[in-house]
Amino acid sequence: MSKPRVAIFDFACCEGCQLQIVNMEEEIIDLLSVVTPVEWREAISDQSTEYDIAIIEGSITRPEDEERLKTIRDRAKVLIALGACATIGGVNKLKNNFGMDDVKSSVYGEARDMPHLSTYPTKAADEIVKVDYKVHGCPIDNREFAYIVKCIATGKEPVIPYYPVCVECKEKENVCRFEYGEICLGPITRAGCDARCPSNGAWCFGCRGFVDDPNMNAGREILEKYGKTVEDLMHRIVLFNTGRKEE
Amino acid sequence: MGKSIDINVHHVTRVEGHGNILVKAQDGKIEKVEWQVPEAPRFFEAMVRGRNYLDIQTIVSRICGICSVTHSLAAIKGVEDALEIEVSPQTDKLRILAHYSEQVESHSLHLGYLVAPDLLGVNSVVPLVASHPDVVKTVISLHKLGNQWMELLTGRMTHPVTIVPGGFTKLPTEAELRGLQKKIKEGIPALNTLKDVILSLASRLPAFDRPTEYVAVKDKSVYSFYHGDIASTDIEKTEDVHNFESCVNEYVSPQSTAKWTKWHRDSYAVGALARFNVNADLLLPMAKDVAKEFGLKKGCCNPYMNNVAQLLELYQVAEHGLQLIDEVLTASIKPEKPVSRPKAGEGVGCVEAPRGILFHRYAFDARGNCTRANICIPTGQNHANIQKDFEVLVPQFMDRGQDELKLIMEMLVRSYDPCISCSTHFLNIDFV
Repeated sequence: MSKPRVAIFDFACCEGCQLQIVNMEEEIIDLLSVVTPVEWREAISDQSTEYDIAIIEGSITRPEDEERLKTIRDRAKVLIALGACATIGGVNKLKNNFGMDDVKSSVYGEARDMPHLSTYPTKAADEIVKVDYKVHGCPIDNREFAYIVKCIATGKEPVIPYYPVCVECKEKENVCRFEYGEICLGPITRAGCDARCPSNGAWCFGCRGFVDDPNMNAGREILEKYGKTVEDLMHRIVLFNTGRKEE
Repeated sequence: MGKSIDINVHHVTRVEGHGNILVKAQDGKIEKVEWQVPEAPRFFEAMVRGRNYLDIQTIVSRICGICSVTHSLAAIKGVEDALEIEVSPQTDKLRILAHYSEQVESHSLHLGYLVAPDLLGVNSVVPLVASHPDVVKTVISLHKLGNQWMELLTGRMTHPVTIVPGGFTKLPTEAELRGLQKKIKEGIPALNTLKDVILSLASRLPAFDRPTEYVAVKDKSVYSFYHGDIASTDIEKTEDVHNFESCVNEYVSPQSTAKWTKWHRDSYAVGALARFNVNADLLLPMAKDVAKEFGLKKGCCNPYMNNVAQLLELYQVAEHGLQLIDEVLTASIKPEKPVSRPKAGEGVGCVEAPRGILFHRYAFDARGNCTRANICIPTGQNHANIQKDFEVLVPQFMDRGQDELKLIMEMLVRSYDPCISCSTHFLNIDFV
């Protein structure tokens, strides 16, 4: 197979995940040996409608973006969702806790009804089109990104952790954040980040989404043990996981 | 000239976010010159309502990947102002140091990856790998320096973990700070290489002056990015940051999903050139020398010189960063834990993002949950000024023909180092 052509497209997001690709620096050259970039607006001026792999960064928040995403899906053989905004909606979904009129009024005031300011509740990419692979996290880990792209380019199936962040956190020998009286989302969040936040003295924010099969009973036990409520937990879960199925 | 021009750049490339340029001229008569910002709005001010004061910086950091440290710091300063939280001198110095890492990361990315291809006549940094390997190597080393600096102080590159209300969740060790000091010193020769390259290409920056108002943070004795009041080149006295709304005067433009601003004129500019025009006297020696080499003087009103102002700021934060590390090491690192508690109140945080002055305001209830937020972003403050520049620039440069005019306009937008995700997201050029 010839080198797959890759195009990167961004929707509503901070573009921090694209920045992690830039942050690979000279290691990008390594990736260029297996794929050819044909469109990447933030970094290059070339544009193309012919690509094999489409990488989608950001959430969908407007009807016109939904159409654009469907067109990209039709053109691509493989579609990768890049980062929390695309994989789970991420912080953009905080908006969905409010009515859209309320959201628009609170930012744009009396100008809220101008047509170019239209918005609808945030969607992750897989709520609109089929997503073949997800690069989790906010921001993504660029080593995991490179691994997934290389797997796809060489016809291998990437292995993404299905277990919780606690597993990696224990390996790092961190003291459990619950011991500090904090609410940490490590027990229900997909690993793969090397427990980056707990290892830096903070709790897990849940940016990689839930594990495949969260053990909610164990979760409740932890909350009880440390005198926390489900409400406390939900207050933090909504940051990156508003509207995700939870019990 | 009787020329017809039809420029329609839909989504300008090599900028952060989405913006369009639209120019229409028939027989030498300009019918339309427009800077459009179609970025999808994200409604952060609405989304933070109900969130706890400890989670605010985590959310608003996601406004922008390239200014995530700046947004976090603005939020934290706003929270601390509202909740009356005092921080130690150690925290203050380490935060400024963390903030500098973002100036290095962002300025080197902008100058090296986004602007240099224009000056060298190519479409992206990719062909430069073969044609100018030393330049690319230099840019990578500086960008890496910024990232490693950021990772040490904030826990990772992009979206900081350690900086929270009250202090740091994890402090660097003295050995790590000495290591950083060494890396910064080793970065100076790379800075000199970048400077020489830009100096040799400086004549390619269009000669275009348009007097405007420049707005930046001003502190007493340092060229400030973090502390201080709001200063304008149009007035003598400074304005307290708590009154920022009366300076920015935000309004909604039909051309843009980002709000626009104006103060003493139709528009004003923020960013490195604004900071230079306000604070040039306070630059440290290395940066002053660079200004001299480029002939950059206070009062410059060529927007393309923002690139040069960014270059001298790289020297400024390197030199001041080294001093700050010395001060922290001399006092020795104390194992301070962040301390904060909820309280009702309202506060403002103001800092300089790499691309200009940034304001955050928050109100909290007694449980420390946010009830109201207002965020005013640098690129949003530059949009109206870009439009005004376009209106003067197009008639001046129309004779150059469509392709060159298009490039000059794209270069102008890039000079502002716009962060359209921040202001919502922007950049397309439509010459119709």
